[in-house]
Amino acid sequence: MYIKYKKPVAINCWASVAGKKEGEGPLADKFDETVADDYFGKDTWEKAETELQSRCIGHLLHKKVIDAQDIDVVLGGDLTNQITSTSFAMRNFARPFVGLYNACSTMAEALLMGACLVDGGFADNALCLASSHFCTAERQFRTPLDYGGKRTPTAQWTVTGCGSVLLESAGQNAFITSAQIGRVVDLGVTDANNMGAAMAPAAADTIKRFLQESGTKAQEYDVIYTGDLGKVGSILLWQLLEKEKIVLSNHTDCGNVIFGEKQNVQSGASGCGCGATVLAADILPKIMAGELNNILFVATGALLSPSTTMQGESIPCIAHLVNIKSKKEVQKK
Amino acid sequence: MNYVWAFVVGGLICVAGQLLIDLTKLTPARILVIFVVSGVVLSAIGVWEKLVDFAGAGATVPILGFGHILAQGVEKAVAQSGFVGIFTGGMTACSGGVTASLMFALIASALTKSKSQS
Amino acid sequence: MRTNKKQYDRMVKGASPKSKVAKNCVWAFVVGGSFCVLGQILTEVYAEYMHFSLGDARQLASITLVGLSALLTAAGWYNRLARRAGAGTLVPITGFANAVVSPAIEFSTEGFVTGVASRMFVIAGPVIVYGTLASVAYGVILYVRARFGI
Repeated sequence: MYIKYKKPVAINCWASVAGKKEGEGPLADKFDETVADDYFGKDTWEKAETELQSRCIGHLLHKKVIDAQDIDVVLGGDLTNQITSTSFAMRNFARPFVGLYNACSTMAEALLMGACLVDGGFADNALCLASSHFCTAERQFRTPLDYGGKRTPTAQWTVTGCGSVLLESAGQNAFITSAQIGRVVDLGVTDANNMGAAMAPAAADTIKRFLQESGTKAQEYDVIYTGDLGKVGSILLWQLLEKEKIVLSNHTDCGNVIFGEKQNVQSGASGCGCGATVLAADILPKIMAGELNNILFVATGALLSPSTTMQGESIPCIAHLVNIKSKKEVQKK
Repeated sequence: MNYVWAFVVGGLICVAGQLLIDLTKLTPARILVIFVVSGVVLSAIGVWEKLVDFAGAGATVPILGFGHILAQGVEKAVAQSGFVGIFTGGMTACSGGVTASLMFALIASALTKSKSQS
Repeated sequence: MRTNKKQYDRMVKGASPKSKVAKNCVWAFVVGGSFCVLGQILTEVYAEYMHFSLGDARQLASITLVGLSALLTAAGWYNRLARRAGAGTLVPITGFANAVVSPAIEFSTEGFVTGVASRMFVIAGPVIVYGTLASVAYGVILYVRARFGI
């Protein structure tokens, strides 16, 4: 479903917090905070991820200089069962909350839903956030952390990080002008260690439909960002779109920028926190600085559970897209 | 020479496991099950005992050796106590390793917590 | 979309990098072989210097390796080694111990009864189940042969 907002929804403020390994990567000095202790001073991984979210919200409120009470609504989610990391962070935050789950596409989902609430006049602002934590994801979806196993070459590394973005009805830094709600796509990939391959068709489907319905061409955008396809998924996305006669020469995957070549992450990064932190630490600052004027942010999610994988099911995936423009680009039209 | 053969034979058994991981879609858990059952079979047809004589720990340390212990246990128990031995032999023979594992696991879980890999 | 599942399966195979089989096998050989040498040394120490029977010495060597693996797992070193060694850390008895110890540590946050104890054999359980059942099948054969002289 294509959404054209009546009036561009403003993004004035954002924040990101990341873990140790992310803090050793290329984006190290762009996060608002990197935390060397992956436990974040807590005694369980789940509490650590809740703390990660709380800190990220804290940074955003501090930068924007507003009180929590002035936030109208929060939309967000994470990868833990029943999205407890987010819900538990909201227990202390006590603002109206919409919990979302579309796996790693949650950040784009939150942005497009939040923009609907703001554009519709139901909220003056909406706080959108998503997080993931390597350790909560690993123990839930794979094996215990101390279990000795070799990662396959197609495996991706779940990002420990949280990104948050505040949407408002008016502003000047960046604007969401349109969006595409994705469809669930499944081309039969069953290997849970090859998420990029599973998700690439969903990204291709959403990008293709958005370009069709908005009447634009891929080359019109400065960069088309995908959330966490990694190296394998990116190659497959190019190939899939090539068959649809769409040439993707301006594509960057967030999963390929957050870690360096020598960080031993096989096919790249993944997780809700991957797209969310890269958006808040790298993409939005570039739009504010005028380096980028018109981008697509396409976050992809693999909608599997450990049970469905063991039952031999293939992996259904989804991709949501938001079009973010600079002030200059918005005024042009 | 004991050490050389232990190294070579044990190493080759691990290479067989690695080839199963890399070249088939079998998960590590399934490979271990295949290995332990193979150990019982190879022991039953008398192959494994010969390999143990030849390579020592090279044949007893890999998980196939666990199958060999189970098979030896059931042989002994059936010879000694007949029908009941079918049920008691395997578990009795492997009880040392299993009990040690669960005891050390409990101690480890009390003393440390899980660690991030980053 | 113009791509069907069959075509996509081929594309995925083409785009996915293969495991470095030769390198992995060298690692598995060296690390797995080393655990076996250690087992051999321990067996000989127990048998010759501490005068255990050969059978008991082998059991004790295995138990010692299990303890060593628990120590390495608790220190966070076993999975570091396993990341390179693959089957070299999976196939020896130390791999079995790691499969028991790691979930015990992981789920200690869920309590000693409902976490540690109930999850302890979540990975290694199948080895015990199918290993034991294989021994039962072998036991039936042995019993029938002894009983009926076949």
